[in-house]
Amino acid sequence: MDYLFDDFQKELIKQANRIGREKVKPLAAEYDREGTFPKKLIKVFAEAGFYTIYIPEEYGGIGRGILDLVLVTEEISRFCGGISLAVAATALGTFPIIIGGNEEQKKKYLPELAAGESIAAFGLTEPAAGSDAGKIQTRAVKKGDKYILNGTKVFITNGGNARINTIIASTDPERGTRGATAFIVEEGMPGFRYGKMEDKMGIRASSTAELIFEDCEVPVANRIGEEGQGFMVAMKTLDKSRPGVAAQALGIAQGAFDLACEYAKTREQFGQSIIKFQAIQFMLADMATQIEASRAMLYATSRMIDNGIDDVAKESSMCKIMASDTAMQVTTDAVQIFGGYGYMRDYPVEKMMRDAKITQIYEGTNQILRMVIARQLIKDITRHT
Amino acid sequence: MKIAVLVKLVPDSEAQIKLNADKSWIETRDISWVMGPYDEYAIEEALKTAGDKGGEVTVISYGDEQAVDGLRKALAMGVHNAVRVKREGEQDLLGTANALAEALKDNGYDLIFTGFKANDDDCAAIGTMVGTLLDIPVITEVSKLEVGEGNVRAERDIEGGREIIEASMPCVITAQKGLNEPRYASLKGIMMAKKKQIEEVVVTHTESRIEMAGLNYPPERAAGKVVGEGAEAVPELVRLLREEAKVIE
Ligand SMILES: Cc1cc2nc3c(=O)[nH]c(=O)nc-3n(C[C@H](O)[C@H](O)[C@H](O)COP(=O)(O)OP(=O)(O)OC[C@H]3O[C@@H](n4cnc5c(N)ncnc54)[C@H](O)[C@@H]3O)c2cc1C
Ligand SMILES: Cc1cc2nc3c(=O)[nH]c(=O)nc-3n(C[C@H](O)[C@H](O)[C@H](O)COP(=O)(O)OP(=O)(O)OC[C@H]3O[C@@H](n4cnc5c(N)ncnc54)[C@H](O)[C@@H]3O)c2cc1C
Repeated sequence: MDYLFDDFQKELIKQANRIGREKVKPLAAEYDREGTFPKKLIKVFAEAGFYTIYIPEEYGGIGRGILDLVLVTEEISRFCGGISLAVAATALGTFPIIIGGNEEQKKKYLPELAAGESIAAFGLTEPAAGSDAGKIQTRAVKKGDKYILNGTKVFITNGGNARINTIIASTDPERGTRGATAFIVEEGMPGFRYGKMEDKMGIRASSTAELIFEDCEVPVANRIGEEGQGFMVAMKTLDKSRPGVAAQALGIAQGAFDLACEYAKTREQFGQSIIKFQAIQFMLADMATQIEASRAMLYATSRMIDNGIDDVAKESSMCKIMASDTAMQVTTDAVQIFGGYGYMRDYPVEKMMRDAKITQIYEGTNQILRMVIARQLIKDITRHT
Repeated sequence: MKIAVLVKLVPDSEAQIKLNADKSWIETRDISWVMGPYDEYAIEEALKTAGDKGGEVTVISYGDEQAVDGLRKALAMGVHNAVRVKREGEQDLLGTANALAEALKDNGYDLIFTGFKANDDDCAAIGTMVGTLLDIPVITEVSKLEVGEGNVRAERDIEGGREIIEASMPCVITAQKGLNEPRYASLKGIMMAKKKQIEEVVVTHTESRIEMAGLNYPPERAAGKVVGEGAEAVPELVRLLREEAKVIE
């Protein structure tokens, strides 16, 4: 399918693919086994300018959009769905500043993020507030020119490695989601430390950590927007970053599909290569169809966002569900096509199957996202009747 | 310091090379063109040297319109200026070297880098010829370089050892693998490269003294031969490897 990319996008895809092939692929298995955070590769991504894509030009970026970020995330994810998070989750942690930050905050934080000198993380989830994010208990109390934060965030991607953390805390628990506020918390601010580093099923080259705030002092200047706007900033952030999860899922699926085709061509049973069997052909045909459908929906949604359409909760949920379910199905089928070898760590497809699973869970589980879609459907139905 | 880098566009190493209908040249329609890997080493070394010592890097390519793609790639990596020396008709190696030398001379370059070969025709001649035509020292297949004040110290691999060569500047350095790890062009660089002006230079051309008579595919690899199965087959296999294939003694 031809997605009618502009010249720049064509070069960006080539560049990301080349870096994926030359730098990410050789390290993927080792980093997965050891759970290594890809510091070395972040340098390469920074040099290539992957962190400049979504940052406006006046702050050191190139002011491009979600589609470009999606294309890079997809290409890197073909080679490792964990390593790609060093880019995608930094975007997630940076969006709150772009969406809700004031001029001083943008000037202060965006240039170092664009240069890839620092990476970012986004902290919303808490032990008792996962899908029900409105129930966050981390408190922020204003004292003079500081806020004092107390609480714990869990499962934070890039946690432990991000210098810049955008955190959602409650300034007014009575008001629920309307009492949430976003803050920029720098590594090293007094009272901020890392807790448990998670040992995960997949995306093991990505760090997932607990962030602990004990009388953590954050300057008032680091509040994003006004008190009470935190939830809105978080939701707008997730609407923009959800295509990134879809891109990660799509890349993983494409990577597994490519390997499955190659293997099916070369593996011989019953005196011929197994790609000659219709059972295998139909599996590959279904995989290819699901991948292309996910891709079409993802690029269309990304283009909506890039053209300034604000209300994309439904579309971004749809493309994340579609791509993540596809990734799970395609990687499972890829393991199937590899037969017994697919089940072994010596072959790359079992890792892809483990990596794929997370995309159905985070940035809104696929159940929660169905609720988001349904809510919008009901709105649309009422509007039309 | 003024530094020049000579580059050539070559078919992507993943491209399927086919000959055109009359076998006079390769079919160029579906080929994507890239800068050869050795030229990338040359560019990286030039940029590194300019970064350390201060100075400007100019990338120069002799070729038709397509050469512009390669020049833009070099610009995206951070090279300051780009020059296309217009090609007219087919040239032999000396003609190409003459054209490049003419574009280089009188411009006061302190260092001229190029890949030791282009990985399409593998001639490995241009750097040496250009240096000779300009009457300046040439050090080929360099895998380590130190640039001093007015001189360079280069290392190159030779059979069973390393050769260390010193020369005064200006000189020509042809880059071998191992010299450095080329940087990736940044997205910002790719964007800016699109807007940059590429200078075009016209030089006088010499008459080509050779003619391309034709191209041919390499001979088809003969099918493998199954000698037998199991341990019994080993003596026969060893005999064939020694006597027919002559790969063991
Ligand atoms: C590797 C990893 C990285 C992460 N990175 C980040 C990060 O960077 N920042 C961040 O803030 N968070 C992050 N998260 C958290 C992630 O977003 C949450 O795990 C997710 O939102 C689900 O929350 P939960 O784990 O508490 O599950 P729960 O909310 O407890 O859900 C358990 C199950 O119940 C279902 N469920 C819950 N409510 C309903 C309902 N109303 N109707 C139907 N089904 C329901 C869910 O779909 C799920 O299947 C990360 C998580 C992981 C595992
Ligand atoms: C953990 C583990 C434990 C095992 N334990 C044992 C054991 O104890 N003893 C033992 O003997 N074996 C054992 N096996 C081997 C196992 O039975 C084989 O892996 C299995 O039979 C598949 O063979 P294969 O891996 O060679 O895959 P292949 O036969 O190469 O199959 C690859 C793919 O092609 C498909 N395919 C093959 N032929 C056709 C066809 N004609 N039409 C359509 N599709 C086709 C397969 O369904 C599969 O999807 C074990 C394997 C594993 C992974």
